[in-house]
Amino acid sequence: MTLHIDIPDENLAGILAKAFKNRSFLAGFAITALVAAVAILSFFWTPYDVTKLVISDKTQAPSLAHWFGTDHFGRDILSMIMVGARNSIAVALVAVGIGMGIGVPLGAFAAARGGIVDDVLMRLNDLVFAFPALLSAIMITAIFGPGAFNAIIAIGIFNIPVFARVARAAALAIWPREFILAARAAGKSRTLISIEHVLPNIATLLLVQGTIQFALGILAEAGLSYVGLGTQPPMPSWGRMLFDAQTRMVVAPWMAIFPGMAIVITVLGLNLLGDGIADILDPKSRRQR
Amino acid sequence: MSLLEIDKLSLTIGGTPILRDIELSVAPGEVMGLVGESGSGKSMTALAVMQLLPWAAHASGRVTFDGIDILAASEDQMCALRGDDIGMVFQEPMTALNPVKTIGEQVAEGIRWHTRASRGDAEERARKMLDRVGLPAAQFPLSRYPHELSGGQRQRVVIAIACALKPKLLIADEPTTALDVVLQAQILDLLRDLVAENRMGLLLISHDLAVVTEMADRITILRHGEVMEAGDTARILSGQLHPYTRQLAQASMHVPARARHSVGQGKPLVEVESVTRDYPARRISLLKRGAPIRAVDDVSFSMAPGQSVALVGRSGCGKSTLARMVLALDRPTSGTIRFRGDTLTGKSEAELRPARRDMQVVFQDPYGSFDPRQKVERLVAEPLHVLEKKPAPAARREMVAHALHEVGLSPGDMDKYPHEFSGGQRQRLSIARAIITRPKLVVADEPVSALDVSIRAQILDLFAELNQKLGIAYLFITHDLTVARAITDEVMVMHDGKIVERGRTSEVLDHPQSEAAKALITAAPDLHRAIAKRLHEQG
Amino acid sequence: MTAYLLKRLVIAVVTLVLASMVVFAVLEIIPGDPARLMLGLNASADQIELLRNQMGLNAPVMLRYLHWAGGLLSLDFGRSYTYSVPVIDLVRERLVVSLPLALMALALSTVIAIPVGLFSASRRGRAGDTIAMGAAQLGVAVPNFWFALMLIYLFAVWLRLVPGGGFPGWSAGVWPALKSLLLPAVALALPQAAILARVTRSALIEVLNEDYIRTARAKGLPYRLVLWRHALRNAMIPVVTILGLQFAFLLAGTIIIENVFYLPGLGRLVFQAINQRDLIVVESVVMLLVAAVIVVNFVVDLSYAVVDPRLRGRQ
Repeated sequence: MTLHIDIPDENLAGILAKAFKNRSFLAGFAITALVAAVAILSFFWTPYDVTKLVISDKTQAPSLAHWFGTDHFGRDILSMIMVGARNSIAVALVAVGIGMGIGVPLGAFAAARGGIVDDVLMRLNDLVFAFPALLSAIMITAIFGPGAFNAIIAIGIFNIPVFARVARAAALAIWPREFILAARAAGKSRTLISIEHVLPNIATLLLVQGTIQFALGILAEAGLSYVGLGTQPPMPSWGRMLFDAQTRMVVAPWMAIFPGMAIVITVLGLNLLGDGIADILDPKSRRQR
Repeated sequence: MSLLEIDKLSLTIGGTPILRDIELSVAPGEVMGLVGESGSGKSMTALAVMQLLPWAAHASGRVTFDGIDILAASEDQMCALRGDDIGMVFQEPMTALNPVKTIGEQVAEGIRWHTRASRGDAEERARKMLDRVGLPAAQFPLSRYPHELSGGQRQRVVIAIACALKPKLLIADEPTTALDVVLQAQILDLLRDLVAENRMGLLLISHDLAVVTEMADRITILRHGEVMEAGDTARILSGQLHPYTRQLAQASMHVPARARHSVGQGKPLVEVESVTRDYPARRISLLKRGAPIRAVDDVSFSMAPGQSVALVGRSGCGKSTLARMVLALDRPTSGTIRFRGDTLTGKSEAELRPARRDMQVVFQDPYGSFDPRQKVERLVAEPLHVLEKKPAPAARREMVAHALHEVGLSPGDMDKYPHEFSGGQRQRLSIARAIITRPKLVVADEPVSALDVSIRAQILDLFAELNQKLGIAYLFITHDLTVARAITDEVMVMHDGKIVERGRTSEVLDHPQSEAAKALITAAPDLHRAIAKRLHEQG
Repeated sequence: MTAYLLKRLVIAVVTLVLASMVVFAVLEIIPGDPARLMLGLNASADQIELLRNQMGLNAPVMLRYLHWAGGLLSLDFGRSYTYSVPVIDLVRERLVVSLPLALMALALSTVIAIPVGLFSASRRGRAGDTIAMGAAQLGVAVPNFWFALMLIYLFAVWLRLVPGGGFPGWSAGVWPALKSLLLPAVALALPQAAILARVTRSALIEVLNEDYIRTARAKGLPYRLVLWRHALRNAMIPVVTILGLQFAFLLAGTIIIENVFYLPGLGRLVFQAINQRDLIVVESVVMLLVAAVIVVNFVVDLSYAVVDPRLRGRQ
């Protein structure tokens, strides 16, 4: 499939001006910043210590003392959500980093070389694509036992072909442009052209994909932790909290409601941010019929 | 009694004025030419008549078609008019047809919708219409898909769709701009015949004064959304009383002043020896490919230093492929290319560096030939990459400033981004980039065909001036003979991958020998000739 | 057409072979001695040797792979260590739960998403579009297993309309079985439907900007017909791509959702196998799911050829 890329004719000031008018971007940015701030805050301060079990306080409903209630060990849900945010973000961020760091150069390289190199790389891509994160995580866990590291590797591996495909498709749309030919006529090598002309022009698209994968990474990490393939207790994680809540739905529904909302809000924020960036940078998206 | 009557039509899009008090009329059987440079509002006028304007558009005034007030008509009324009484043909034939539907379906669809005919009847009428536009059943059954047709053939399908129900009015918006001159002549002939057969009114929109003069009984000249002049074609163009009309006409016929300079003697600059370029065909089956497509077929020629040569031919004749091989951007399948006596063929990028320093390129599209993310300084300085010693930043700025000055831009433009320039200015930037290394050869691929006539005249002047001043040899690739005539000493005519004729420019253009050259020259619209013909017809 | 199909088929088969090598390498070569891993630290040397012989681990790696891969082709997945029955029997009795669940979810998601996408694209920028896309934006952010918990809370705990988990088996009748799959299917489908609706909408809007849409309108077709006859089919290509991807996500989702609803599907099987270190079962289930993803991708490639005549080549 061919991909059409419109390169916006704007400088930073124009883009910022648009960003301040884009509601989706502003909302997404505010939510994402809030979640990040909470995660950072959790390193220094949480309302209660999440490592201390206070059995006398177990499964308390939300109150002034415990805004989101407590779990079956008497731990404060709000504090656990704060620490869980740190964990979710770290896993998703590293996984996106792996995907981008390996996938983008591979995709750009495949597009620059074409021919057999492109074919082989894309077939390898298809191969990795056949292993959704959950399947990789199942295999890794079966061998090495469970842990947050598995989740990072499993999600990261699946991100590689995603970024490779996006980068390749976008780069292929840039390569036939005349400014690339002009650079070739100036004697520049394909690698240099990829770095100087191709990557800067596909960067925004990769950024948008990055926020999408980040959001998917948060969801995937929660899913893996939920089934016990990700972050292990006693380290609080959103997915694990939901697993603990499941059998106590009738007596302590707040144990399920609040961590779930934390996931929804984080993912929503990232998706809004991605939509906003795409909107701001893609002149076509706002063009009316 | 007019068929279409536009009275004081004004249009704004999102508050921006696009058209102001447009007056225009088309009578049955009459061809009205609507001429203007880009951004003059000609397409918007057409879309207003069709009521296919963008959603943010607001039109006022009066548009009457066949007694119906178009601006007040409901969407249902417009649907009944569109495709039945008013047909429309668009500029870009490659994208105007739905890729997943057969041409038969697409022509029959409008017939079925308007006449409630059965599928069989509609297909029979569609068949007749396709025959009429020159797509006979043997080669072009109804079951063909658009991707199996060429650009010219697709435009015929679009015309068949528009004329299937014998509309009273046909609107053709730059119907031949995307086609080469020979196809252009064929499509214009077809439109002319359809007008005569059905006593159809034709509103022909074009930027090309020569095309409109050949076709139109009356013309309306538009500029910045306002009518400059309107009336009888012969009278307006022979008189050229309005200053803007005169400016347009002169720019269309512009020939830069060039002193006959002696072409450098001695060793040839470029030597091309029996060069062939094959492209692999698409796969027929898993292991088999079709016979390779021969884009360039056993071509040989040479160019002297300082010589300006045009390479002309129809689209797809292989001229751009040949140019890319001369620039060592593409490798010949066989044959050799030498530049200043050194063989280019088969050399690595590092070995090509000395040659790259002495040859540069100017492309057609002033919008696509600059990386939008870089500033002018970096863009214009890009070819300095091939210099043995890279200049220091200060020296580099100096060189860029000098190159900008030479093409008529100010050194202050260095810190701007390409989007801050107009199309003509960008083409100047392109030229600045090409001359910064003081090359011996510049290959220019259709360098003025995307520009408005007045801008194009200026750019041609610039090319001519630099040829004189710097002694640069040009290889001009063009389908436009007026460009060849304007600034080249020699012409090579290319056809089906071969060079079929070569000679002095005036010689070839005035007395073509080969069939291919004759076809190109007869088909090329020529304002002088068109005006003479109009005057002759009217006595 | 045949050239395209053949090429795609060859790619699918090669990918399948490579994928089987990856699965084999990860689960049988990387651990060093799978028998020791399966039996744990307390196993005696004799026990390990016995299992090694049983699993044929003493043969060279290439032979072991060929033996295993040959077994897959004849649906012989080996014997489960913990259950002491052929793995294929275990898989078969779980598949009758997982497969209907995934298909129900896929069907539900498609049936919801495509009309919503069409509705939104044709009413772009108006209130209906804004509401639908706002809901979709929210839906994309909801993890399906949490959504499942909320559904259980609402429909099973509060309203007591459907069972909150468990599976009566198809022998108990089609209706009770379907009823117990309904909530899981909804939980899986809605978040996917949200993604699909967004893709459908944006693909349609992209297509509606194309020149041929203007040509169709210039023919006099009303907007509604242009949308149905010209836009929808062209917009199907990205939609089908996403549908194929979603199948992979749905399979993964099925595995997770089964744990929420205590459904005896492949998901339960594989997690039990992980806990019991039954590598043969893990290997078989993973291979089966990977094969499913590859086959679905091949089907997606086929459907491109149906939608897009350009891939079929000249007749």
